[in-house]
Amino acid sequence: MLDNKVALVTGASRGIGKAIVEVFAKNGAIVYANARKEGDLDDIISENIIPLYFDVTDNSGIKNAFSQIKKEQGRLDILVNNAGIMKDALIGMISGEVMREIFETNVFAVAELIQFASKFMIRQKSGSIINISSLVGVNGNKGQLVYSASKGAVISMTKTAAKELAQYNIRVNSIAPGIIDTDLHSFVGKEHMAERIAGIGMKRLGTPCDVANSCLFLASDLSEYVTGQVIGVDGSALI
Amino acid sequence: MTNLQKYENAFIETLGIEQNQTTNLEYQAIPEWDSIGHMSLITALEDVFDIMMDTDDIIDFSSFEKGKELLKKYDVQI
Ligand SMILES: NC(=O)c1ccc[n+]([C@@H]2O[C@H](COP(=O)([O-])OP(=O)(O)OC[C@H]3O[C@@H](n4cnc5c(N)ncnc54)[C@H](OP(=O)(O)O)[C@@H]3O)[C@@H](O)[C@H]2O)c1
Repeated sequence: MLDNKVALVTGASRGIGKAIVEVFAKNGAIVYANARKEGDLDDIISENIIPLYFDVTDNSGIKNAFSQIKKEQGRLDILVNNAGIMKDALIGMISGEVMREIFETNVFAVAELIQFASKFMIRQKSGSIINISSLVGVNGNKGQLVYSASKGAVISMTKTAAKELAQYNIRVNSIAPGIIDTDLHSFVGKEHMAERIAGIGMKRLGTPCDVANSCLFLASDLSEYVTGQVIGVDGSALI
Repeated sequence: MTNLQKYENAFIETLGIEQNQTTNLEYQAIPEWDSIGHMSLITALEDVFDIMMDTDDIIDFSSFEKGKELLKKYDVQI
């Protein structure tokens, strides 16, 4: 489905990002997989999975990454803004440092990556940008004032970028996962997790692959007239 | 082709203007060089000179002359 397409996926060392890289590569794409720590991608590197080590909050790292893609491929068809952090705290206990950290990673980095990628895509007059937001960015959630706001911002950026870039045939969409079984929830105890699962209509956690498959649709030409949309991948979760 | 010719051509081709219009041309002084034209111009210059411009420089690129000065940062002498 993605033959000859060049993709960049951020936050690919584990969880959802890693699954997206694997699904894209299986479908014929040349995938640039991003991680922060050198070596973190060793287990997925292959002929068509190329590692790119940079922190998404580091502008010069982003720039070098795009220069490398330009030099090696001369094009970029798909950007998946997946890298993200979640830090929970109740109102009254949220430090300024946590607010900044969450917004720098989940929002400002996404804006910067969209700017760099869109320059390739404007030239090509085609491209698909997929931003991973969250169900809590739509509905809000207790203890997630800043995280939910950051994901709400991702959704607004998606809608604005879709409007601005449609004239270049660039599509911008978002996937809003519900509760997906990754390290993001590693701090949640078993009992509490059972409670969360009880609130999901399909009575199971989502898998990284559930999210990756929806990204595949948005990355492929099957969705060539779809833009500005937020697709929930949540098994009918109640948050 | 000299760098000046390449630089001028990027303006002429992406903005669809005549060569005599480039002298002292300023951003948004003509309808063709609006913000949409600006992004097309920047991507064309990045291609021609094989560079990747910083966002701050894209914002500062306010005229034909200013662009020449900014490109020096990327080792492009015009
Ligand atoms: N899991 C869920 O239930 C869920 C629900 C809704 C939305 N999401 C969103 O889905 C995305 C992926 O989450 P996940 O569940 O796969 O989480 P995860 O297992 O914690 O993985 C997060 C990934 O992002 C990377 N990352 C974080 N900060 C980065 C930075 N500054 N630069 C580069 N990479 C960075 C991490 O790299 P390191 O290995 O270096 O830390 C890791 O690869 C996130 O945007 C998250 O908010 C997840």
